[in-house]
Formats: sequence, structure tokens, C-alpha cells
Amino acid sequence: MGKTSTIIKREFLSRVRKRSFVVMTILGPLLMAAIVIVPVVVAQWSDSEYDVAIVDNSDYFVHAFDDRDNVRFTPLGTNIDHALELMHDGRFDAVLHIPEAAFQAPSTLRLFSEKSVNLNARLLIENILKLEFESLKLEHAGIDEEVLRKIETPVNIQAIRIQNDGELITDYPEISMGLGIVSGLLIYIFIFLFGSQVLRGVLEEKTSRIVEIIVSSVRPFQLMIGKIMGVGLVGLTQFLIWVFLTFFIVGIFQFAMPDMFQFTPDERVFISSSQVLSMEEMEQQRELIQQQDTMAGQLLEGLSAINFPVMIVSFIFFFLGGYLLYAALFAAIGSAVDNEADTQQFMLPVTVPLLLAIIMSNLVISNPDGPVAFWLSIIPLTSPVIMMVRIPFGVPYMELMLSGGLLIIGFMATTWLAARIYRTGILMYGKKVNYRELWKWITHA
Amino acid sequence: MDALLRAEHIIKEYANHRALNDVSLEIPEQSIFGLLGPNGAGKTTLIRIINQIIGPDKGEIYLNNEHLKPGHVEKIGYLPEERGLYKKMKVGEQAEYLARLKGLNGFEARKLLKQWFERFDLTPWWNKKVEELSKGMQQKVQFIITVLHKPSLLIFDEPFTGFDPINVNILKEEILKLRHDGATIIFSTHDMASVEELCDHIALINKSEKILEGQVQQIKKQHAGRIYEVELENMKKPLENMLDDRFRLLTSTGTTDSTRARVKILNDTPANDLLQPLLREAQLVAFKELTPSMNDIFIKQVTGRFPAESAETDKQHIKPR
Repeated sequence: MGKTSTIIKREFLSRVRKRSFVVMTILGPLLMAAIVIVPVVVAQWSDSEYDVAIVDNSDYFVHAFDDRDNVRFTPLGTNIDHALELMHDGRFDAVLHIPEAAFQAPSTLRLFSEKSVNLNARLLIENILKLEFESLKLEHAGIDEEVLRKIETPVNIQAIRIQNDGELITDYPEISMGLGIVSGLLIYIFIFLFGSQVLRGVLEEKTSRIVEIIVSSVRPFQLMIGKIMGVGLVGLTQFLIWVFLTFFIVGIFQFAMPDMFQFTPDERVFISSSQVLSMEEMEQQRELIQQQDTMAGQLLEGLSAINFPVMIVSFIFFFLGGYLLYAALFAAIGSAVDNEADTQQFMLPVTVPLLLAIIMSNLVISNPDGPVAFWLSIIPLTSPVIMMVRIPFGVPYMELMLSGGLLIIGFMATTWLAARIYRTGILMYGKKVNYRELWKWITHA
Repeated sequence: MDALLRAEHIIKEYANHRALNDVSLEIPEQSIFGLLGPNGAGKTTLIRIINQIIGPDKGEIYLNNEHLKPGHVEKIGYLPEERGLYKKMKVGEQAEYLARLKGLNGFEARKLLKQWFERFDLTPWWNKKVEELSKGMQQKVQFIITVLHKPSLLIFDEPFTGFDPINVNILKEEILKLRHDGATIIFSTHDMASVEELCDHIALINKSEKILEGQVQQIKKQHAGRIYEVELENMKKPLENMLDDRFRLLTSTGTTDSTRARVKILNDTPANDLLQPLLREAQLVAFKELTPSMNDIFIKQVTGRFPAESAETDKQHIKPR
């Protein structure tokens, strides 16, 4: 064991000290934090105003435009040429022309701009006009808008999950989906990233012929296991630093700009209603705001419903289990060939189950408790990815234990298999190896 | 002398051929033992078995009369023929790592390494990456790593490849010094000149079987072909006329004034019988038995005939005067 730990130490330190490791370790969480922070910041800080002049020859619509979301509307009489001149002078970014016959023929509406039109502004204008068209048409048809609004009943079922301990939590399937896909993908990337590091490490030892010096001191199995564990520790270290740094960076932003992350819908209802509202009106307003803030609000509420300790612990378990299972196979491939080009033929059967898992994860999120999801999360070759996809939806403990147990058996089996290929392969030079040859190595005592 | 290492009836089979067939060896303590044989004869397989890199299918190996066991790797130092180092790793760090794998602790390893690096003028390279070293320097580092843990058995497989003649000499001196200090050395090479120079004992392996083993001097004596070299002056008649059918003239050069020739004595005729006619008919300047070189013995054992004996059948070389 002493020598194995010497090998683990070397494998670990030689990688952790590399510049690429340090760069990746720092950049990773910055990127992840950026994914969380940047949209919030951008939404807050996009201060460049978009000026739209409105030339309404019909006079039906001009009053409907209120400044919103950094788009400023300026009514500008009825002279379209004058407005276009002003735009040319840079006073406006765009000119909305509403011709006289617009009400009868909406397709005559035009938005002029010298640069390409700001998409947000166009969507906003379309939205405003659509609502206005509706209410004008209602008026024409003699239907009181108030009545219609009262008939309209927003239905939004809150999904409540009853947990094992009887606790009720609000279920946000979108959050679970996102989290499941992201963690499944991370496992996939980690397995490939560090698995191929094992492959390259074994190949380096073989081609540089240092392996013969080492195996005269330690058993080939110790060398293989030492490498696999050393690289695995590198992966684990990187992951833990990433988790820690990501929470740290996001935490700093939350601390520095607390209001940026406060979106609790209920508060907003009361803030925006300075005067007393009826229950009905309050409920309506709540719905409206909730629809507007669905993304941000659900994200935060949904995230708070996720059991992060369980997520992280199972991530580490399934990452390590999956990594150990595949790293052994990668090590075997590295030992069997003479150069990187020859690895291709053996890579296919190793990559196929992983790719399959990633492809099937879309199916799994739409039916996380179906038979496909169940079996793929039990079979060790696909379980690390698929189980991580399922966990945010809640997986019975029995299934978790079964999957975990099989994964442990699985990686012991691949390690055994790999060790038999490895001990022959690392000393074999200049021989093109095929599957029949590998089989001989495995079966030969 | 006791045998440090004994191999008994080693058999090793690979998927499609037998690499070692019932090979037994005894390597005397504190000797330099030449392990010879053509490429693919099974030398490397035997060395790997001694190093416990692979196991034999049948047969036993004893080190110091103890059955070979995992702990023995610390008593063996092995310099493989195909050898390399981690290119991106620093020289000192790497040497220390490999020494630790041989069972030294970090402190000992560093202390011994510093001494050896000083001796081989490698100290300035301690913190350099291996890829910055010349091939010769890398070989020196590998040599140091092999001997650092003071093993009682050293195995050198083609140790001199990649060295310039000056460094080859330094290395030979180190090897002789190691033996003097008590180490036993297995020396595998194709370089027969260095075998003659260094080895006390040899074993010859051909086609998976040991075909020859023994002390170098004895083997040479056994393979002496009863060929004598004579130098004659002032001959009264041509050499071939002096010899009867108990002798055969192999080669002869020069004139009747001064001739150098090789004569093979046939059957069990005593060498003295050759001297008599020579003394009678000419002035004898030199007379000595030719012992075959290890090179000749190697070729004879492997191909079945001496390179020198080819002259025996090639009568064109004999120029009677």
C-alpha cells in the first residue's frame, strides 16, 4: 500500500501543479458563476435606451405606448418624412409608422430603422399593438372589456410533492430537468476528461518505456490503480474547488447586491399595491407578476426546493463510481496500443454507452420514473449519467442503493478485466492488437 | 562460492510459443554473469521473471536460497534495455520517486542521490526536466536509479548503448567497483568484447533453451579447436611438406624466409608432435594455441560452426609455396 500511495501522490501532484489545471480550476467557477450572474446583471444594467418615434396617422394607438424596458416612445405628429429626417440626424433609433388604415389592415404597419431593428423593441411594440387591437375590436363588437377580463380565469396548478417523510414541497419540474441534465452532462464530461487523462498517462509510460523500470519495483496492478486513483483525486479536487468557488462568487454578488436577487412574488404584490386592493384584484395582480417573473422567481424557489447536500453527495459518488469504471477501461486501452492513433478502434465500445446515456437523458427527464429511466440508471455503464439526471426528480432510496451497489460491482469487474489486459499490454511493443488478442490476454492465466 | 541466484527448470509459455524451455541457471555470488543469446532467444523473458514482472509457468527461482518473493524487488536493481523516464518531470524529483518505489525513504534517497549526482557531474541538472538532458545524461540517471538502493543483485540489459566511449569506460569501472563492493551482476549484451572484458561466468540461451553455461576461461578452453599459430623463419622446405596427415594447414602467409601459419592438429595427436618437424626444418619464432573469442563461441553455438573454421573448408586460403 505504501508504494501505491507513492504512485498516487506523484500522479496527483504532477497534474495539479500543471498550469492548465490551475487555469481550468479558476476559470471553471468563473464561467459557472457568470452563467448565473451575467443575465441578472445584464437585465439590470442594460442602460442603453432605445428611442422610438411614433407617427400615428390613425390616431387610434398613440396613447397606448408607455415607456418600458429601456424603450422610450415619443409621439411625433403625423409627418412621416419629418420623423425619418430626425432619425437620420440621430434623434431617434427607429420610427414606427401607423398608417391611417392600420386598423383595417394591420399589415401596413412599419418600423423604420437605420441599423437593424432592436429585437426587444420590436417584440414590445408588437405586443402593445396586439393588446390594443384586441380591446379596439372588443369595443367594436360591443363587449365590455371589464366583463371579459373577469371571465378570463388564470389557472396555474401548483405541483406539490409529498416526500418520504411526509413533508410537502412545491415541485418545479423545469428546475429538476435543468439540474438533471446539467449534472448528467457534467458527469459525462468529467468521465471523459479524466478517463482520457488516464489513457494518455498509461500510453506515456508505455511509449517512454519507463514502465519497465517501474514494474520491476511495483506490481503492474499497483501502477494502474495508483494512476487511476491519482487522476481521480485530481478530478475530485477540481470539482470540489469548483463547487466551493462557484458558491463563493455567487455569494459575494448576493451580498454586494442583495436586491438583485430578491424576487419573491408575494413581496412584489404588496410593494406595487400602495392602496388597498380587493382579494380578487390582488390575486389577479399576483398572477400577472408571477407570469412576468416566472423565470427568476421559479428558479430561486425551485432551487431552494432541491436538496443540495444529497445532490452533491450523490454527484461525488456517481462521478467516482463512473470514473473508476471507465478509467479502468481507458487504462486497458492505453496499455494495449503503441500510439494514440491506435486507440480509436478500442474507444468506440467505451464511448457508445456514455453517448447513449447522454442521448437518452432527454427521454429520461420527460419520464424520470419510466422503465427506460429505471433500467439505464441501474445498469452500471449508463447509471452514473442517468442516475444524476433522475436524482433532482427524487429517486427511491432502494433504487439508489441498488444502482450504487451495482456500480461498485461494475467498477470492480472492469478493474479486474483491465488489470489482466494491462499487465500484458504494457510490456508488449510493436504488435497490432485486436479484440481476439485482448481476449487471449484476459483468459490466459 | 555460493550461488546468489538459482533458477530451476524454468518454463514460460506465451500464447503461441514457448519462450523458455526448462532453463536452469546458477549465478555465483559477487560475479559478473553474462547472459548471452541472439535476439528473441528468451533472455528478456528470463530477466523479467527474475524481476517478478511476470511469473514462470513452471520452475522455481531462489535468491540467497530463499524462494523469490515480492520483498525481493528491493534487493534487485534492473536496468532494462528499452528504458525511459518521464520527460516532463524534473530529474531529481523523478530519481527520488523511483528510489522510493524501490523502498528507500525520501531522506535516504535524496542523500544517496546527491552523492551519485556529484560523482556523475549531474548536480546542476537536478531541477531540470528530463527532456532537457542529453541521451547520455539520461542514461547516467537511469544507471544511478538502478544502483542507488544498493541491491545485492544487479541486472544490466545492454547497459552501454547510447554512451560515448569515455562514458562506457566510466560505466565499466563503476560496474567492476560494484562487484568489488559485493554486488552480483547479471549482464546481458550482444557486445562480446565487453563480455570478455567483464564477465566471470556466462550462460548462452538459444531458441528458449540454455545451451552453454560456465566460467569464461573454462568455456574458452573447451572450445579451443586445437589450432596453433606458428611463426617460422628460414624454412628448408614449404610448410605443407613438413606436415604429415596428422596435421592440417589452415592458412599460411609470407615467404620461406618468414612465414606465419595456422595449423590444426587432428585427432588426439599431442601438440609436441607438431613441434618436432618444425624445429627440424625451420627456425621457430612463435608457437601458441589459438583460443576462440567469445564471439566465435557464440556464433559456433548458435549457428553450429566456428567463423574461423570456415577457413578450414576454404582451401583457397592456403597458398603453398
